[in-house]
Amino acid sequence: MRVGVITFPGTLDDRDAARAVNRSGAQAVLLWHGDTDLKKVDAVILPGGFSYGDYLRAGAISRFSPVMNSVIEAAGEGMPVLGICNGFQVLCESHLLPGALTRNSDLHFLCRDQEIEITNNMTPWTTTFSLKERIVIPLKNGEGSFQCDDKTLAQLEDEGRVVARYVGENPNGSRNLIAGISNERGNVVGLMPHPEHAIDPLTGPTAQGLGFFTSILNSMVK
Amino acid sequence: MAKIVVEVMLKPEILDPQGNAVASALPRLGFSVAKSVRQGKRFEIEVEGEPTASQIAQVEKAAEVLLSNPVIETYVVRVEK
Repeated sequence: MRVGVITFPGTLDDRDAARAVNRSGAQAVLLWHGDTDLKKVDAVILPGGFSYGDYLRAGAISRFSPVMNSVIEAAGEGMPVLGICNGFQVLCESHLLPGALTRNSDLHFLCRDQEIEITNNMTPWTTTFSLKERIVIPLKNGEGSFQCDDKTLAQLEDEGRVVARYVGENPNGSRNLIAGISNERGNVVGLMPHPEHAIDPLTGPTAQGLGFFTSILNSMVK
Repeated sequence: MAKIVVEVMLKPEILDPQGNAVASALPRLGFSVAKSVRQGKRFEIEVEGEPTASQIAQVEKAAEVLLSNPVIETYVVRVEK
């Protein structure tokens, strides 16, 4: 089981994402933004950071990098793709996911441990969670406010495509407390908080983030 | 030299926290004029000579694909001398 982790210029969390993949028992394969070759991976993670310095809009330039053409094509064929934080922004800019991430409503960069509730455990990235399971993982972003029009929001809700929601006070102004969503098929998931920073109580608030990585391993092995 | 200018603004229904912050800073400095403020982006694209219809069409396309995000933003393209 090979899980690709993409590095764009300005990506920060590729090492942690690769570490989380390896910890889950899968093999992390480092992918470079300038390559079109996905190196025969079974799934891809777009990690967090500030790809291309967030110039223009977060994720806007990365979307046109050579590797993204391959990711968009593979996602269309059903390959599981997880975008975390900046990766979520790239997936929205790529139109693999609907909506957009905008500036936090209070304009502050947030960095804290955040409780979220898993609201869809049918995606390949969330199968090891139980429905409505609450976990605590870090949230750190400046542009994490999920926005979309009413029609898209209703569609996401009706089709059960909200994958995770913030618990408690809305941290960033996201509509319906949305912390993560999936595409129609369910193979592409975007998540604003960071499971890869919560795989070991020594370095993270919990080890509950590991579930996203063991989920993908389980889904692919089945 | 002529410029093709693209102005990108958040759609009215999208919250603009930066604009709101500016709006609340203005009265603190004695500028009592603003009912509200929206903040946007301006791109100036220089071309040789007078912009042709095809150049303007290219910029229109670029505005739609790259310079704006149609999910949350609108744009206008115009020529400035």
